[in-house]
Amino acid sequence: MGRQLKFKIFRFNPQNPESVPRMEVFSLDETDSMTLFIALNRIREEQDGSLQFEFCCRAGICGSCAMVINGRPGLACHTKTKDLPDEITLTPLPVFELVGDLSVDTGSWFREMYNKVESWVHTDKVFDPTAIEDPMDNAIAEEIYELDRCVECGSCVAACGTARLRDDFMGATALNRLGRFVIDPRDKRTDAEYFEVIGSDEGIFGCMGLLACEDVCPKNLPLMNQLSYLRRKMGVVALKQIFKK
Amino acid sequence: MQTIYKDVLIIGAGLAGERAAAEAAGAGLSAVCLSIVPARRSHSAAAMGGMQAALGNSVMGEGDNTDVHFADTVKGSDWGCDQEVARLFADTAPIEMRRLCDWGVPWNRVVPGKSKYFKGGKQFDKEEKEEKRGLITARNFGGTAKWRTCYVSDGTGHSVLYTMDNRCAQLGVEVHDKSEAIALIQDGKTCYGAIARSLRTGELIAYVAKATMVATGGFGKIYKASTNAVICDGGVHGAVLDTGVVPLGNMEAVQFHPTGIVPTDILVTEGCRGDGGTLLDVNEERFMHIYEPDKAELASRDVVARWMTHHMRLGKGVPSPYGEHLWLDIRHLGEKHITGKLREVYEICTSFLGVDPVTQLIPVRPTQHYSMGGVRTNKDGAAYGLKGLFSAGEAACWDMHGFNRLGGNSLAETVVAGGIVGAKIVEFLKDYECNIPTAEITKTAAKQQQRIDDMISGKNGNENVYKVREAMQNALDKGAHVFRTEEGLTECVETLQDVLRRARSVGLQTDGYGASPELSAALKIEGQVKLALCVAYGALQRRESRGSHNREDYPARNDRDWLTRTLAYWKNPDDDLPTLEYEDASPSFEMPPGDRGYGKMQIISADSKEES
Repeated sequence: MGRQLKFKIFRFNPQNPESVPRMEVFSLDETDSMTLFIALNRIREEQDGSLQFEFCCRAGICGSCAMVINGRPGLACHTKTKDLPDEITLTPLPVFELVGDLSVDTGSWFREMYNKVESWVHTDKVFDPTAIEDPMDNAIAEEIYELDRCVECGSCVAACGTARLRDDFMGATALNRLGRFVIDPRDKRTDAEYFEVIGSDEGIFGCMGLLACEDVCPKNLPLMNQLSYLRRKMGVVALKQIFKK
Repeated sequence: MQTIYKDVLIIGAGLAGERAAAEAAGAGLSAVCLSIVPARRSHSAAAMGGMQAALGNSVMGEGDNTDVHFADTVKGSDWGCDQEVARLFADTAPIEMRRLCDWGVPWNRVVPGKSKYFKGGKQFDKEEKEEKRGLITARNFGGTAKWRTCYVSDGTGHSVLYTMDNRCAQLGVEVHDKSEAIALIQDGKTCYGAIARSLRTGELIAYVAKATMVATGGFGKIYKASTNAVICDGGVHGAVLDTGVVPLGNMEAVQFHPTGIVPTDILVTEGCRGDGGTLLDVNEERFMHIYEPDKAELASRDVVARWMTHHMRLGKGVPSPYGEHLWLDIRHLGEKHITGKLREVYEICTSFLGVDPVTQLIPVRPTQHYSMGGVRTNKDGAAYGLKGLFSAGEAACWDMHGFNRLGGNSLAETVVAGGIVGAKIVEFLKDYECNIPTAEITKTAAKQQQRIDDMISGKNGNENVYKVREAMQNALDKGAHVFRTEEGLTECVETLQDVLRRARSVGLQTDGYGASPELSAALKIEGQVKLALCVAYGALQRRESRGSHNREDYPARNDRDWLTRTLAYWKNPDDDLPTLEYEDASPSFEMPPGDRGYGKMQIISADSKEES
């Protein structure tokens, strides 16, 4: 039958005064089609009910279950144990605040990010319930959706060298988010207004170009292309501002 | 204990909850959404297909209007729905789709010119019109007379939810994520908010509000095999039932999908069977043609799920560490077809199962999919029994789905109902003042703290919550599934009553510090078992077959005796059965009961005079 798997899991409950950060080992018999979702739930239900981790949709759609799996950030729900060695090391994502064990607070981080980039359509238009919709080119709609597919799992942020060095770096996910509004004809912000948001080391100029964000993105978003597109576009704005002075 | 005061408290931050919050915030009220997970992880994100609204822009939707949408919805419900609500829904859906358009949803649009589409494995041509260029387009979904489902590629729910959450951020709606509501604050007449437990620190927080809304989605996780997200566990439904005065409507109406993959119960599309995929048993032999000689695998969703269950009962299921299942075979369709037209299926199989469907069989079983039942409300979304309590979305029994809901109607319902009920809450609050009984807040919080302390100390016993939960799920899977009989349901109810006794003596095996997941599970288990009893006992009493509710011993739809909605109350906390009452399915019938047009079935007419 299957292998016996050894899970080395980071444990720490900040709410328990006696808890100290440590690695704990759990063993489990591997079954067919086992994913980390199945394995972690079995460990919690059969061995240690206090083990904290996040899953929601368990189908790669919601982004809840990102963690560092044998050194690499990724979604636990679609990680199959048969693709991993007998010994599996699981640690929580860095950068985000730890809630306990493998669970981190991505919600607060992302809410702050989308408030910062004002992640909504900026327009003066008032909705008229009696009117038909404004037409839009289908190709543009599809292009917007391609960037809208981010699930805010945080893998790209956790894998980002700059994000590990400075707390205020918005990361690939924020630039991708803003890029979605840059191409949306409904959003009336000007390039100069976008520059205000990302034209600094917190935004486009902080990136060291290590490419890890795109490597680990479970949705295969074109994060580096997006960054270079915005850098070029914002570069023009920056030059214009220099010559204005 | 921290106490937070708002005009409106919304429990749940999916599409229904956030849509209502946007309505409240837009009217200048303060609103907060509580959510177990960050808002954007809500189960609304998982709906890929789309939202039904009779816009009629696509050439295949020509001639569509809200009357046709209404008729499809009522037929789909097997005449179990509230027709006033179905009318309200169909009429409002197009407006809501256009509003979402303004808020930023990148709906797929009409592209003029010729294109091909497939139906029943055959190819057809269509030509979209120039004058409709760039308007919201639609795709085809089962059970509808016209192409009516608005969509954003394969991520409609995701895209709409992100847009809605953006809108809420813009309007200043607060979302308190990692917060779990565990009890309503109420005095038997009025609801004043809820006690929540922080899933960061474990502390209790009182949320006090003039209006409270339950928008927590379905409760599929009371079943073992469910397509629902793990947060769809019925925790808040349990809290609503615990009030003793608010009924849950039509809890026996549960929809099952034929092809959830084993073990993780993710859906693979019916398109597999549409394109020629077959179902095989433990001997790798086809069986659907035995039961449905004409349509075989292509019979309707509920029919296929029924025969699959029947066949497994005959001992033809495939044993696995995760329970019995059957096989879906699409190997003969070839690599090109599977990685092209069925790419999503290919990706699910390879990413989540490690199965290559080009050369290997896919393990599948009928899986709980949607809860038509929920918190019973009137057409304004106001819950029965408590002033100031509202509900919308899958959490509610509003009731536009009756006994079976159509694809694309659930996601549309979230925003349509969220908008309508949100506006009704604003209207309700206009002249509404209430005296907040602070003693009630303290009392409710103290009672919840006592429950927590008792579970940690093991005062009531040491039953393991995960084992109790498994016993509940097994009982439902066995007795209140696709097929139902007097005998099976009686046994299910008796088993669940025993499980209820065990649920009342759960004690923690671990320390319960902070966000303890074991404590979360323990706090909701008694409520979950009560929900399970509402499902099973309601199904036992309903001696007919309607929509998704299939009684083998009562195969006819009986409009004479059962054109009704079940209301399940839990009147005393110590009861071991719900109290069932009934009301008419609809206050008025715009469309008289008739044939659904699929799934051959005998109908006992409401006009027939003979005794049963």
